[in-house]
Amino acid sequence: METLKELLTFWHLQAGKLGDQIQQHIGLTAASLLLAVLLGVPLGLLLTRRPRWAPAVLGVAGALQTVPSIALLGFLIPLLGIGPRPAIFALFLYSLLPIIRNTLTGIQGVSPAVVEAARGLGLTDGQILRRVELPLALPVLFAGIRTATVINVGVATLAAYVAAGGLGEFIFGGIALNNPVMILAGALPAAALALAFDAALAGLQRLSARRLVRVGAALLVLLPVLGVLYVLPQAAGKLLAGFSPEFVGRADGLPGLKNAYQLRRLPSVVLAPALVYEAARHQDVDLIDGYSTDGRIRAYNLLVLQDDRRVFPPYYAAPVIRPAVLAAHPELAPVLAQLAGQISDSVMTNLNYRVDYLHQEPRAVAHAFLRRRGLWRTPRPLAPGAPVVRLGSKIFAEQYILVELYAALIRGNTGLAVETKTGLGGTTICFEALRTGEIDLYPEYTGTGLQVLLQPSAAVLDSLGGSPPAVFHYVQQEFRRRYGLEWLAPLGFNNTYALLMRRQQARELGISSISQLSRYLRH
Amino acid sequence: MPESVAPVIRATQLHKRYGAHAVVQNVSFALQPGETLVLLGPSGCGKTTLLKMLNRLVEPDAGSIEVNGQDVRHQRPEQLRRGMGYVIQQVGLLPHYTVAENIAVVPRLLGQSAAAIAHRTQALLTRLHLPPERYAGQYPHQLSGGQQQRVGLARALAADPPIILLDEPFGALDPITRASIRREFRELDELRHKTVVLVTHDVTEAFELADRILLLNAGQVQQLGTPRELLFQPANAFVRHFFAAERLALQLRTLTLADLAPFLPSLAGKAAASGLAPTTVQDALEALTNADGNFPKSSYPFDLAQLMAAFGQALQREEAAWKH
Repeated sequence: METLKELLTFWHLQAGKLGDQIQQHIGLTAASLLLAVLLGVPLGLLLTRRPRWAPAVLGVAGALQTVPSIALLGFLIPLLGIGPRPAIFALFLYSLLPIIRNTLTGIQGVSPAVVEAARGLGLTDGQILRRVELPLALPVLFAGIRTATVINVGVATLAAYVAAGGLGEFIFGGIALNNPVMILAGALPAAALALAFDAALAGLQRLSARRLVRVGAALLVLLPVLGVLYVLPQAAGKLLAGFSPEFVGRADGLPGLKNAYQLRRLPSVVLAPALVYEAARHQDVDLIDGYSTDGRIRAYNLLVLQDDRRVFPPYYAAPVIRPAVLAAHPELAPVLAQLAGQISDSVMTNLNYRVDYLHQEPRAVAHAFLRRRGLWRTPRPLAPGAPVVRLGSKIFAEQYILVELYAALIRGNTGLAVETKTGLGGTTICFEALRTGEIDLYPEYTGTGLQVLLQPSAAVLDSLGGSPPAVFHYVQQEFRRRYGLEWLAPLGFNNTYALLMRRQQARELGISSISQLSRYLRH
Repeated sequence: MPESVAPVIRATQLHKRYGAHAVVQNVSFALQPGETLVLLGPSGCGKTTLLKMLNRLVEPDAGSIEVNGQDVRHQRPEQLRRGMGYVIQQVGLLPHYTVAENIAVVPRLLGQSAAAIAHRTQALLTRLHLPPERYAGQYPHQLSGGQQQRVGLARALAADPPIILLDEPFGALDPITRASIRREFRELDELRHKTVVLVTHDVTEAFELADRILLLNAGQVQQLGTPRELLFQPANAFVRHFFAAERLALQLRTLTLADLAPFLPSLAGKAAASGLAPTTVQDALEALTNADGNFPKSSYPFDLAQLMAAFGQALQREEAAWKH
């Protein structure tokens, strides 16, 4: 009941955005369907005349269908950039199989006697196709379009990851912020759209073949119109920003930034976190959010804009651990402490660069680092039934590297076995895993602990004043008190949120801090 | 038929093979206007392939076909087909068209006026015992097999083509429906003046409908002639053997009272005048043995014994004639 009320409030507050997103969603679906029908139906017809090609064509279309959508979008970014083009193209590829296959099946299902009789009466090949085969195949063909439509309405939520809008913006924003109401705000309309389209097309399918011909023609007119409805927010300002959903929603992200710096006239699109750097590199967007130690900053020659008003809280990385584990294995604390204060911003950026950009294994990068620092010890042989320490990580390179560092230290210096659970979706997932004891330790950032998990009042935040030691102390105390979890000494680097621009563009515009950016946008 | 009339269809040395299998070998025939030719033979003898060559659904490997003196290869297949009615065993009515629309397909292709088409459809349906007010708006799936085949026939006749091709048109019907449709077909005015080529494997059907029969086996012509010629003057053992099982029935159907007249004293010399000459022995036999028959016994100036005796003598005469 409470959720429902919140949901209605959310919709009410975001009515304009909801309308836009629904329109974009329908537009994406319609545009991709139109393309798929325009290509898939003729291709299916061609296959009825050249049945020998059918296995190959259907095989390729089927293989495309199995490519995970997010991967497909990733492949398309370098080719088509971000925005509606890769989204429509991906949806188009997903619609091809059902449309081609059902065209083929539908035409093949027409009784050979009917076709022979028609030919014997003197209908030309074209007349047989238009007056006999297509009308009789339409119900099956429509079933294919129906399948493709429902698939597309679902997959179109992912369009939000490539800045193509649609209801995915709420859904992924909600997932990133762990906000169920926001997820539902996007997921419910998406499901309703899928059901509505499905029901409408099911109704059409029941019509007689003769009426279907007219409806089919009407659809061919309607689809482009719906497709045109979909007009993406074009870059109306001097710069276009591409932000990840989490950044857009978090209080210490874009909202905080806008307040503190009076950021205005900054049109932005929402992008998958994995894609923001690519988008900046390919000049699809000019301004992105990122992390100050990300390896791609170095790889893509990006500039971290100075946070001169200290809006982004300090994000010092430190291991968070269950005290029970420390108590059970007293040898663990000194081992973990070996890394305290050992990794600076530039060192971490460099390690990330090796993984993100040079595509080296996180484990190899971690081991090489330990050897350079003289911390490397060959793993000790394990006694049977040795106790296990379980390490968790979020799903990005830096966390993988940190977990490999700790794993190697524990294996080399203690008789404990190590199990790693890497790639846990996000902050809340890691945190919950630690609380419930599914993992024993994961690297967390002070700012995240403060803003996402503890969520203190504005007064408390103000009193901390963005001072790194104060924040660490507060987080450590509060975690002990509220959750019974322990923060160990920080590693040394501050992986905070950062606004990034291409270095060259920043230089041309004379921007090196967020205040300068704000001034540039206002004038 | 006077030889001077140009043949409507002339097939010359047709050949067709599918891979190593020769389906049609060296088949030639010519058809006079208004003639009904039945292509007869066991399954797989090539008769359907031969029929489809006439409207170019199958192209021969060698040989030529002329229709109205024109080589069919010089005509567009669609144009050729619109001038020939075509009926197949599975009927092949367009399931999304009503009965009336099915019948109107070819006239529409030929650009005839809607009023003319409607008039023609009404007339055909009436003649084929499908009252248009009831059936014109129905869809094929609402009709029985026999009704569907009647619509198929009406569709073939709609544009009044001079040639009709039929591929086992009654093959899928039950025996009773089949006999009644066949009778309607035989008595249909529309068909009297048309050149008809009909494929069947049913000997009785062939004898009932044919002016001439082309008997095929393994793609080769065994004999081309009238039913009487095939029955009484078989060209080879295959022809003789092919009719063996139904010989007596066919003989009863083929011989007429005119043939028996020399052996029936009461009819000798005046068969023509009595109007009984074209009556088959079969019909006379049925009339004489059936007390409730339509023919009063008195109309026949002979009794059953006399008829049978004369039939026997006529057969002997035919045998003797063939042996010489």
